Amino acid sequence: MASTTDDPVTRRDFIHVAATAFAGVGAAAMLWPLVDQMNPDATALSLASIEVDLSPIDTGQAITVMWRGKPIFIRNRTPEEVEAAKAVQMDELKDPVARILGETVQEPATDEALTKSGYEQWLVAVGICTHLGCIPKGQRIGDERGPFGGWFCPCHGSAYDTAGRIRLGPAPTNLEVPPYEFLSDTRIRIG
Amino acid sequence: MAHQSTYEPKTAFTRWMDSRLPVIRMAYDNLLDFPTPRNLNYMWTFGGILAFCLFVQIVTGIVLAMHYAADTSVAFDSIEHLMRNVNYGWLIRYTHAVGASMFFFAVYLHIFRGLYYGSYKPPREILWILGVLIFLAMMATAFMGYSLVWGQMSFWAVTVITNLFSSLDSVVSGLGTGIVQWIWGGFAVNDATLNRLFSLHYLLPFVIAGLVGLHIWALHVTGNNNPTGVPLRDPKTEALPFHPYFTAKDGFAIAVFGLIFAYFVFYMPNYLGHADNYVEANPLQTPPHIVPEWYFLPFYAILRAIPSKLGGVIAMFGAIVVLFFIPWLDTARERSTRYRPIYKYFFWLLVVTCLALGYLGAKPPEGGYLVAGRIFTAYYFIHFLIVMPVIGIIETPKSRPQSIADSILGGGNSSQPAVAAAEKR
Repeated sequence: MASTTDDPVTRRDFIHVAATAFAGVGAAAMLWPLVDQMNPDATALSLASIEVDLSPIDTGQAITVMWRGKPIFIRNRTPEEVEAAKAVQMDELKDPVARILGETVQEPATDEALTKSGYEQWLVAVGICTHLGCIPKGQRIGDERGPFGGWFCPCHGSAYDTAGRIRLGPAPTNLEVPPYEFLSDTRIRIG
Repeated sequence: MAHQSTYEPKTAFTRWMDSRLPVIRMAYDNLLDFPTPRNLNYMWTFGGILAFCLFVQIVTGIVLAMHYAADTSVAFDSIEHLMRNVNYGWLIRYTHAVGASMFFFAVYLHIFRGLYYGSYKPPREILWILGVLIFLAMMATAFMGYSLVWGQMSFWAVTVITNLFSSLDSVVSGLGTGIVQWIWGGFAVNDATLNRLFSLHYLLPFVIAGLVGLHIWALHVTGNNNPTGVPLRDPKTEALPFHPYFTAKDGFAIAVFGLIFAYFVFYMPNYLGHADNYVEANPLQTPPHIVPEWYFLPFYAILRAIPSKLGGVIAMFGAIVVLFFIPWLDTARERSTRYRPIYKYFFWLLVVTCLALGYLGAKPPEGGYLVAGRIFTAYYFIHFLIVMPVIGIIETPKSRPQSIADSILGGGNSSQPAVAAAEKR
C-alpha cells in the first residue's frame, strides 16, 4: 500500500467505493423478493387440468366452465355457424393470428386452426374479452351475440364471430384458445 | 413570501421547547400568524375543506378496517355485517363512501380555482405539481377502496382498470400480460389481489397526508395567490393573520360543506353509488353496463373515445400527465383570468368540456355519444396544448389593480394597463 502524493486514490477511497457498492448490490438483491412476491404463487401456477363431458350440449348450445380461475366457453356450433366461420377470408380479420395458449408458432386464424380436426363443431375459447377483461355475452340462448353471431362484449362493444375472432370494436385480438385435447368424442381435457 | 417568525415563547416551558424542538413556533407561524391576502374569496376555502375531508376519510377508514375482512369469501359479507350489526357501522361506512365523493367534489373545485386564477404560474409551479400528485394518489386510493366492497362493480372495475396495462402487449409481446398477472398475483382478479389492494388502500392516505404537508409547506414559502393575481407587497395593509380571520372563514365554509355532506350521508347515502355493487362479485358474469364512480367518468370517457386499446390508455393517462406541464404551457403575462378577455371564454369551455365528458362517460360508447366523446376529448387536449400557449401570447390583458391594497381599499382609479406592471413581480 504505497500511496504517493501524486496518486490521489487512497486506500480509504477504495473502502468507500467497495462498501457503498456492496450495500447497493445488497439492497438491489433484496428488492427482487419484494417485487416477485406479487407474482402468481405456487397454488395459482399449479395448472390443474379439467375434464369436461360434452355429451349434454346440443347443437347450438354452449356452456361455461372454469379453468385457472378463468371462464372457458365451449360452444357446439350449428353447421351454418361453422360454414360462416370457414367462409371468412383472412384479410377481413382485424387480428389474423390464431391466439392459441402455449403455442409459439403463429398460425393464421382460420377456423381449422382454431378447432380440432374432426370436431369442427366444437369451439373452445377463453371467455374473456381481450379488450379489458369483461365476459362477453352470447353463451345463453337469447343473449345478444353481436353482428357476427359469436359473442358481444357489453362493456365497450367488441363483437366476435362464431370462431371467437374479433371483428368489430376496441378489442385488439381474437379470443384465446386454451390447450385442450379430445379424450373421446364427447370428452375433452383442458390444460 | 416566507415570512419572518414573530413567535415569542412566553413561559419557561415554551422557551425550553423552542430551543429544542420548535414545533410550537412552527404551528404559530403557519397556522395562526401566517399573513394571508385580505381579498381571498370563498373559492380559497377549499384547501381547508380538503384537509377536513382527508381527516374524515382517515378516521372513518381506520374504524372500518377494524370490521373489514380482506378475503374474497367473506369480504362482501363483512361489509353487510358492518352495516347491520355493528353499532353505527352504517353511519361510519356511509360517511366514508360519501366522503370519497365529497373529497373529489372539493378537489375538482380546488383545481378549477387554481386554473382560473393562474395559481400554477411562477413561483408556484412546485406547489401545483404537488397538488397534481395528491390528485393522482387520491384517484389510486379511491379506486382501491371501491374494490374492497367486492361487489359486482368493484370486481369488474378492478378487472377493467388493471387490464389497461395489458395494452402494453402491443408494444412488447407478453409485457402487458406479465404486468397484469403481477398486479393480480394470479390469472384473474382473486384473493391475492384483494389483499394487496387493501394493504395499499390503507397505506396511500398517509402518503397523501405527507404530500399535503409538502403542499402546505410550498404554499407557505410562496404565499397564497389571490383573485387579482397581484403579488402581496405590503403584509401590513394587504394581509391578515390566518387566525382568527381565515380560520373563521374556512370554518364557516366547512360547516356549509358539512351540511351538504350530511344531507347525502343521511338522506341519499347510495345516490352516488351504483346498485350493482350490492350484488356480490361474480367472476363469471359481467354486469350489462360497467361505469366507474362519477368522479372518474371524464377520464373513462377519454379512454373510450380512442378506438385503439393502447391509444385509449395513453390518452387517459395523458389527460392527467398534461396537468403537470400547465405551469410551462401557459404563456400568459397575467395570472388571473379576471383580466384575460379572451382566455376567460376558453376557461369556461374547458369547464363545459369536463362536465360533458363526465356525462358521456356514463353513456354507452356508441353513435352520437361516441362522436361527442371524441370532440370533447380533442378539446381537452387542445385547451392545454394549444389554447393555453397561443392565447397567452396573442391576448392583451385588461387593466388590473396595481396592488391588492388598490383592489380592496377602493383604489380602483389608480389601476393601469397590466402589461406595464406585469414584470414587476
